[in-house]
Amino acid sequence: MSLEMIIGIEVHAELNTKSKIFCTCSTAFGGEANSKVCPVCSGQPGSLPKLNEAVVECAVKLGLVLGCTINRNCKFDRKNYFYPDLPKAYQISQLYFPICTDGKLEIDINGSKKSIGIREIHIEEDAGKLIHAPSENGTYIDYNRAGVPLLEIVTNPDFRSAQEVVAFIERLRETMLYLEICDCKMQEGSLRADVNLSIREQGNELGTRTETKNMNSLRAISRAIEYERERQLEIINGNGKVVQQTRRWDEDKSKSFPMRSKENAQDYRYFPEPDLQPLEISEERLNEIRKNIPELAQEKRGRYMSEYGISSHAAGIICASKNMAGLFEELAQKSKEPVEAANLITGELMRLINNFNADMDTLTIDVDKLAFLIYLVVNGKINRGVYKDIVGEVFTNNVDPEKYIAEKGLLVVSDDDAIIAAVNEALSKNSAAVGDFAAGKEKAFTFLMGQAMKSLGGKGDPVSVKRVLLKVLNEKNSCE
Amino acid sequence: MVIDEKLIKYLEDLSFIILSNEERGRICADLENIIAGMELLSKLDTSSIPKQDLSLNLKTDLRKDEVTPSFPRNEILKNAPKANAETFVVPKTVE
Amino acid sequence: MFELNALELSQAIREKKLTVVEVVSAYLDAVKKIDEKINAFLCINAEYALSKAREIQKKLDAGEELSKLAGVPIAIKDNISTKGFKTTCASKILDGFEPIYDATVIEKLEAAGLIIIGKLNMDEFAMGGSSETGAFGAVRNPWDISRVAGGSSGGSAAAVAAGALPLSLGTDTGGSIRQPCAFCGVSGIKPTYGAISRYGLVAYASSLDQIGPIGRSIEECAALLEIISGEDNKDATCVMQKPFAFTERFKNKLNGIKIGLPTNYFEKGIDNGVKNAVLAAAKTFKEAGASVIEFNMPFTEYMVPSYYIIASAEASSNLSRYDGVKYGYRSKNAVTLNEVYRMSRNEGFGLEVKRRIMLGSFVLSSGYYDAYYKKASDARSLIKSAYEKLFEQFDMILSPVAPTTAYKLGENIDDPMKMYMGDIYTVSINLAGLPALSIPCGFDEQGLPVGLQLTGNAYSEATLINAAREYQSITDWHTKKPGDVI
Repeated sequence: MSLEMIIGIEVHAELNTKSKIFCTCSTAFGGEANSKVCPVCSGQPGSLPKLNEAVVECAVKLGLVLGCTINRNCKFDRKNYFYPDLPKAYQISQLYFPICTDGKLEIDINGSKKSIGIREIHIEEDAGKLIHAPSENGTYIDYNRAGVPLLEIVTNPDFRSAQEVVAFIERLRETMLYLEICDCKMQEGSLRADVNLSIREQGNELGTRTETKNMNSLRAISRAIEYERERQLEIINGNGKVVQQTRRWDEDKSKSFPMRSKENAQDYRYFPEPDLQPLEISEERLNEIRKNIPELAQEKRGRYMSEYGISSHAAGIICASKNMAGLFEELAQKSKEPVEAANLITGELMRLINNFNADMDTLTIDVDKLAFLIYLVVNGKINRGVYKDIVGEVFTNNVDPEKYIAEKGLLVVSDDDAIIAAVNEALSKNSAAVGDFAAGKEKAFTFLMGQAMKSLGGKGDPVSVKRVLLKVLNEKNSCE
Repeated sequence: MVIDEKLIKYLEDLSFIILSNEERGRICADLENIIAGMELLSKLDTSSIPKQDLSLNLKTDLRKDEVTPSFPRNEILKNAPKANAETFVVPKTVE
Repeated sequence: MFELNALELSQAIREKKLTVVEVVSAYLDAVKKIDEKINAFLCINAEYALSKAREIQKKLDAGEELSKLAGVPIAIKDNISTKGFKTTCASKILDGFEPIYDATVIEKLEAAGLIIIGKLNMDEFAMGGSSETGAFGAVRNPWDISRVAGGSSGGSAAAVAAGALPLSLGTDTGGSIRQPCAFCGVSGIKPTYGAISRYGLVAYASSLDQIGPIGRSIEECAALLEIISGEDNKDATCVMQKPFAFTERFKNKLNGIKIGLPTNYFEKGIDNGVKNAVLAAAKTFKEAGASVIEFNMPFTEYMVPSYYIIASAEASSNLSRYDGVKYGYRSKNAVTLNEVYRMSRNEGFGLEVKRRIMLGSFVLSSGYYDAYYKKASDARSLIKSAYEKLFEQFDMILSPVAPTTAYKLGENIDDPMKMYMGDIYTVSINLAGLPALSIPCGFDEQGLPVGLQLTGNAYSEATLINAAREYQSITDWHTKKPGDVI
């Protein structure tokens, strides 16, 4: 029999609105415990929620981009359960009428495309944080995160491999970063994914699924999927039955463990949230939001290739970060040399970013200085080697290229007398190479060229040096 | 419908309440009585009600995305049965 | 001073015939004396009241206008959040709870210069119709202290009836302002859902709860309603933009007013004393120029079941936050987290509250949701549209408030179904979100007050108040006071 793995995922994305979903406390990450808390988000008796309009805007933006139906009338529901991180003992969420339904997102696996169905996107509130003091017999509760807005993106069971899941999350992450609705930092928990996984005989009905939570990196997701696949296969192959349950991934142990049985038999008693009105999104508002959707990575890649003539590979690297794409566009415009700009970013700049472990999404660099350097190198005012060095100086020390070049005398030497002197010096010191060249060895020319450049301190205009070297060598040959 | 011990205990579990035996007996009988009265509703024809009924039909009212200062932490923690200087404290949750 | 109504009292203060401190001190003394007999108060804060009195006097002396109730002492039902007073909802689970913010209505009252002197007893979390289910003892009816004051705003109605205060605030989820007003012989208004902010009202059933005024006459209630009504950016369900402004719109005429009289409300299960008094009132309205048209109220058998399903469902969720973690009572015997939750809730809540939480959990639980909660919501829609149709024919509906007058303490406490049926005339109005008021209209053969209820279309408070005011101008039921208490 041929078994296949079926996966659907639920992604929780913390929105980067300024204030929380139902109150005016800040959503900023970190800070002292319980310092961003008010009667609403700590569930004080009598307090009431008031919906933040920016949350609705974020949800609609993502829904539109994922091709969802935007439900112009949606409602909120209460999901009831007791846990100390949930101050009201219910979470305001959307069960019966979510804001977006029926969308899709295309992923690319080694060149072949696959469409993953989005069942729904709904709005909900995050819970607080529990701090477990290992030595003491207590749990501490911090409500700073309680009430931070979340979008839950629920996919159809369309995935067949961990690779597909990772590709989907990467695409979704890129989309949300471009929309600027979520920081998408898995380590900080602003992007989380739960995996629903089951195994079936191909073509048969779906098998019993488990849900695995608590993975905080793409790598962990991938490993948790492999682990769960092996676990279920072992059960099935041993003629056992997979039990429906929620499991918790333990990164240190590289294993998942079933959560307490209580949490596996939840009856959440959902019902319409009476403290909030049904949410109505007008045609006008919808159009306004649609207009504010920025150009996304996919569109940018295509445009860079057709408009600027840069390679698909370069466009891919540049568009992986909205910040880098912005940098590229500015540099292309200011330098009027888009291909040169793309090469600079995908080459030297990427190397520097990797070396210095810098963050592509937040990197800032003086684009005017880079554009000036491109101008110099394209017009033969400086050499490639000097160019790279100064880019590095701008990146690390923000030097002023003009001053730097003047101080160090880095401008190209194109004065023929100096070049002739340098060439003669190279030839006289390397008579063996001169002989090799005469014998027809091409490599000898490159060597001599290098020697001449060296005696010019690397600043010689390569075209002129080459011309002079050839001329002198040819004269030599014809004389002999 | 009969409200048996199993259902009552399930409701206690959902409600996070543990009743004493005496209370359980009483509430069991009361609920059976009350729910019997509610079963009258099954006779009511509600087929004309649209699926998405917006019960009170009031206007959506949203808030601007603005931050105002939060409450002082000592106020938030003031009524807690157990707290330290920064957080609420409960017996250790088991994972 | 005690002969003056709230409006006259404020006028005397503003005309400098009385000082705010004089008035507040006198009422604080009256409260102390009266409350020994009726147990209407859960908390009195004389120090707070007197310091506010001095503050308001200063403002008045400085020429500030404030309001036509400036300087008047008032007390608040104990399910409304007050920074200056403990707020317990008459429950052990919130014993000693000190709110960290004021409800919006409290801010509005204080801005209008009213002086809050204390918090009023009630049924625990407003669940009940007799003010006997509270953890701190039953409220007693000033007309006969062996009887209940009605509920759940029993303390609010009894305090005004006994003359301990000119005005109070109550809350009404299924009749909790109107029924105690009827039992205690005072006037009260349950406003349209969405007219008053619920921010700071400790929720029992969020889609039904409204705060409303209680006073001796409807005119005093109307003045208080103006002050507490209108927009609040903290409550998404409070949609009325501007506060009510009644006085300009009073027509003082009943001519041409069409009043519907639901005859099936008078057929069975109603005391003769109540029936006679309400029908006599109908006659009075007719004689004063209104046309009274008989009709049959539809869906009556479905009202109480729908109400209890929806109210209990919302209550079970609203009361989940009382868990011994953030505030309120934590069981001394609890060791594990599980015990903190379950033992605190079991020891902290009274029987009626537990009954409704369990019922609410039941109607929402998987397998029962459609048959109970969903069905009740659908019934609610039908009831609402039935009212809409009725108000195409009538300006208002005249009905009894409750089928009986005040019963003996303990008489119904062990029979929840009987207690719930006492809400038959009031609950449908909350389900439909409509305004209704309760005013005294006579006495039964035992000398206990009877109330009548006027119900109108959404935001028709002015019409209802106008009719009630006209009725009170030609009758004197609302001026009767229980003699032996004060």
